[in-house]
Amino acid sequence: MADFGPMVLRVCRAVVGPDEAEDAWSETFLAALKAYPELDEGANVEAWLVTIAHRKAIDATRAAARRPLAVGSLPERPARTGRPEDWDGDLWAALAALPPKQRAAVAYHHLAGLPYAQIAAITGGSTDAARRAAADGIRTLRVTYLARTREREGR
Amino acid sequence: MMATMEPEARRLFEPLTAQDEQASARLHARLAAAAAADGILDVAYRTVDTPLGTLLLAATEQGVVRVAYASQGHDAALAQLAELVSPRILNAPGRLDGVTRQLDEYFAHRRRVFDVPLDLRLSKGFRRSVLAHLLEIPYGVTESYAQVATAAGRPRAVRAVGTACATNPVPIVVPCHRVVRSDGSFGGYAGGPDAKQSLLLLEAA
Repeated sequence: MADFGPMVLRVCRAVVGPDEAEDAWSETFLAALKAYPELDEGANVEAWLVTIAHRKAIDATRAAARRPLAVGSLPERPARTGRPEDWDGDLWAALAALPPKQRAAVAYHHLAGLPYAQIAAITGGSTDAARRAAADGIRTLRVTYLARTREREGR
Repeated sequence: MMATMEPEARRLFEPLTAQDEQASARLHARLAAAAAADGILDVAYRTVDTPLGTLLLAATEQGVVRVAYASQGHDAALAQLAELVSPRILNAPGRLDGVTRQLDEYFAHRRRVFDVPLDLRLSKGFRRSVLAHLLEIPYGVTESYAQVATAAGRPRAVRAVGTACATNPVPIVVPCHRVVRSDGSFGGYAGGPDAKQSLLLLEAA
């Protein structure tokens, strides 16, 4: 299970943002550890962990909505390490601006590597809807994030 | 999984894909503490470097349940613990502090007796009785397999004593290395014959 720690951290950072990601990760793995003995042998552990992370992300989003928003200063240039202290503020801002279903579909497919049928089972809706949500999300990110990054890097 | 990512998505998520060792270590420690507090850290383990190579140490809430030499395969030992004890296993060094310190002292000639709680659940029946007797063989002393068979209540079960020693889940702490052949040769050992010789030489010094 620990093998999937980095993957789940990437997913949490993409879905709930750098500030909440570590809480979401911890809650996901604690819940997973509690439920692990009941997990079917041969079950897809990655999909199962993402399912738990998805529920924790919904909880975190609800809790955040009840709190005043903390706005930190964004870094001048994107960092490449993925650490919250120098996490790329632009990427998170672009992800945060996506509708939740698109953000989830993008993260679960491109960061967790789950097939769309599995993503549909986690987020609800059809496989096609999950595929469309991921494609729409990527299309938006191409405009809101990649174009800006290219511009800044003079490409 | 990352290899299948389309080039554009890869570039998009580049800031997220770097391995973040610091965060991983921090989160792992936090998870181990939370799991222990919730009483669901069934098996804690760590590795420790010794003169006999890297040892895997594992403990349940009851006590030390496994000591494994590198030659026995640490992954195999963890898989066995997951199957026979519980899949709730975490690298959580805290629970192993006591036995780690005592092993350091033992290898430095500053300790002759291990004083840590043991969980011998991986050994059953007659093998368990053999381990119970092994704990009574003093530091620096050896017994033959036949002597141990007699002491464990089955004088004719000499081969079974050999098996009990070979499958000792807690070598060094439960001193199966102190059982040698009647002709004085060392006999087999879970950590290999060289490890057995080293331990007997250490205790003879």
